Amino acid sequence: MNVQPCVETGALTEILVRYPAEEPSLIQVLQDVHRAYHYLPCDVLLKVSEALSVPPAKVFSVATFYRAFSLTPQGRTVVRVCTGTACHIRGSSQLIDELQRRLQVGPGGTTADMAFTIKTVNCVGACAMAPVLIVGEQYNGKAKPAKVAKYLGLGEGERRDED
Amino acid sequence: MRISTRPQFEEHRRQAAARNAGHRKEVLVCCGTGCLANGSRAVAEAFATEFARQGLAADVTLFTKKTGCHGFCERGPLVVVQPRGILYIQVKPRDVAEIVERTVGKDEVVTRLLYKNPADKQKVQHYGEVPFYKNQTRVAMRNIGKLDPTDIDDAIAHGAYDGLVKALFEMTPEQVIAEVEASGLRGRGGAGFPTGRKWRACREAKGDRRFVICNGDEGDPGAFKDRSIMEGDPHSVLEGIVIGAYGVGAHEGFIYVRDEYPLAVVNLTIAIGQARQLGLLGENILGTGFSFDLRISRGGGAFVCGESSALMRSLEGKVGEPRAKYVHATERGLFDCPTVLNNVETWSDVGAILQHGAAWFALVGTDRSKGTKAFSLVGKVKNTGLIELPMGTTLRRIIYDIGGGMLEDRPFKAVQTGGPSGGCVPESLLDLPVDYEKLTQAGSMMGSGGMIVMDDRTCMVDVARYFLQFLTEESCGKCTPCREGLKQMLAMYENLVAGRGKPGDIERIEALSEGMQLGSLCELGKSAPNPVLSTLRYFRDEYVAHVEDKRCPAGMCRDLTGYEIVAELCNGCHACTLACPTDAVTGDRKKLHTIRQEACISCGACFDACPTEAIRFFAKAERAPAVAGAGA
Repeated sequence: MNVQPCVETGALTEILVRYPAEEPSLIQVLQDVHRAYHYLPCDVLLKVSEALSVPPAKVFSVATFYRAFSLTPQGRTVVRVCTGTACHIRGSSQLIDELQRRLQVGPGGTTADMAFTIKTVNCVGACAMAPVLIVGEQYNGKAKPAKVAKYLGLGEGERRDED
Repeated sequence: MRISTRPQFEEHRRQAAARNAGHRKEVLVCCGTGCLANGSRAVAEAFATEFARQGLAADVTLFTKKTGCHGFCERGPLVVVQPRGILYIQVKPRDVAEIVERTVGKDEVVTRLLYKNPADKQKVQHYGEVPFYKNQTRVAMRNIGKLDPTDIDDAIAHGAYDGLVKALFEMTPEQVIAEVEASGLRGRGGAGFPTGRKWRACREAKGDRRFVICNGDEGDPGAFKDRSIMEGDPHSVLEGIVIGAYGVGAHEGFIYVRDEYPLAVVNLTIAIGQARQLGLLGENILGTGFSFDLRISRGGGAFVCGESSALMRSLEGKVGEPRAKYVHATERGLFDCPTVLNNVETWSDVGAILQHGAAWFALVGTDRSKGTKAFSLVGKVKNTGLIELPMGTTLRRIIYDIGGGMLEDRPFKAVQTGGPSGGCVPESLLDLPVDYEKLTQAGSMMGSGGMIVMDDRTCMVDVARYFLQFLTEESCGKCTPCREGLKQMLAMYENLVAGRGKPGDIERIEALSEGMQLGSLCELGKSAPNPVLSTLRYFRDEYVAHVEDKRCPAGMCRDLTGYEIVAELCNGCHACTLACPTDAVTGDRKKLHTIRQEACISCGACFDACPTEAIRFFAKAERAPAVAGAGA
């Protein structure tokens, strides 16, 4: 089961006291775990299973069902490309292509230096600004492929594959 | 300072209104997600700094409000100066000093920041005169943009909780349900089930514990009305929920909010805290003896959880899989207790219905669809944003009068409504009055109010493929017709857009659609073929072009489309060179440019960038030999 390196579980103790130790708390607990660790480490999930008396299979089933959860470590900055309908017809796939060209990883991937994780998201509800690219917490409306490097905070024209 | 009698509440409202009236001049800065992305926070801060710096006359009480979404997101950041209601668009922090000095200080108008009506090129001064706003009727969104969503007193001054007070002090739960029934209100999440009937079923169901739930898991791509309501006027939602709880006799409730809506979670959390403090939530509400409290639950980012039974499983901490609908949630819903689940917009309407009466609400609308409906109007229209209109308004009026017509005046092709469960409505149906029945007859549905306008550069086969891909990722996998059917259907569409379509594909798609409609467990699977069937119904010729001619009439399917420059029209402006992500366009400034076909990825960036329409697309299949021989 130990596919992930052991992590410090101090944060988990703090999270668990916030909710009743029962199954309905599972998703809320996992959300807080995800926020604290930026992913769901395997050994933390096993501890959650124990604490809430939910079988590990059920915990993993929930952890893999919801899009908000990742079982692998995330990059320091998460780049989200909105692929909602409005963004799609205004060219979000070009943004994904450009990110892929620059960062050498596709949606769901994390760069080797752990700087960026690229994700797609089914509509962030900012459709009037389509297409939308979110770098960390920063929303970039009417995003253009030519400006991707700028959104990422990389120098204009600088391509990471040339580093 | 809990309020425990009706006179106390009325006194509180009087004081709140008096405080607001004291702000002789108010500057409203839109701080919805759209405007925040355009930099409105910096604008709001600049106003505060500027007020302090310019130190205007003492009799002018100044006030900057960070409000919810005004709806006109595309022109953000939006600023409204009250009391005159002057609307400024695309305001930058550097414009703030001038606005404060001239508009706030001297009642002059800063013309360059006004909205220009593209129809007659006239500048418009007042908020209410902008065609985008003028043609709207707002009920669910009645207070959005007028108030600070983090200030309950501001909401109360604007009439929030009036409906609740009336319900609690003047009406029995039975009368509350009768009022909602009489209003004709139907579910604004899209299915259109009569709200009053749902409440009655729950009230009459056996059980000691009952729940009310607010569905804020607005997952349809292209829809954001619920986000704006939760962010911009959370109290209208809370008020409706408490009224509903009183009606059905529930003491516990949940608001299930999408994980992608962080600002909605923040504003709702603040609102719930403030409502509890005033005694509008919790034990013994307003001293009436009625108790009700509610919690926020953040979704996990699964589209299927917008389906009511899946949402309830998710609230129970389980995987969000729907269950068969012969079990009614009103009898056995959350934790198997009688449950009422309504959409954010429905809850917001409830407060207004109780405040103004059922007859008032039913004044507008059509025969079977009463009241107003919020839509997010997006895609290839000039004015994109959030709107609310009487049911029965025609698509033409929505797109041309409110939306200002097509972007770049390109030809209209279709409008997609209802998200992945809906369909595409073609030009021939532009005069269709929008209500639940009419949209369903047209092969689409109301859904959660997304309206995505498409022009001639949108490929309808690709649109259907897009929704299939979306649903394939979001299918929970519980039942086979949905899980496997979507996968096979998507594979066929990927062949179509790549030019690998075979004769008979269209018929196979139709047969599979029928199987999914009949065999799927929940609405996600049952309605999944809607985008497919509606595009086939109205745009079959585009499918035929993809299968037989290997051609994409919209020029959007990359594998089928190439781009070239028309020598006579190119002025060598370089716009395409700068837009091209692969450096495929070459040519010196002011000289004819050319596209190196071997480097071109057919993304169309040059086509969109060209000011002289010198770039045209062609079907690769029609000139395969020429392209192959073009070399450099």
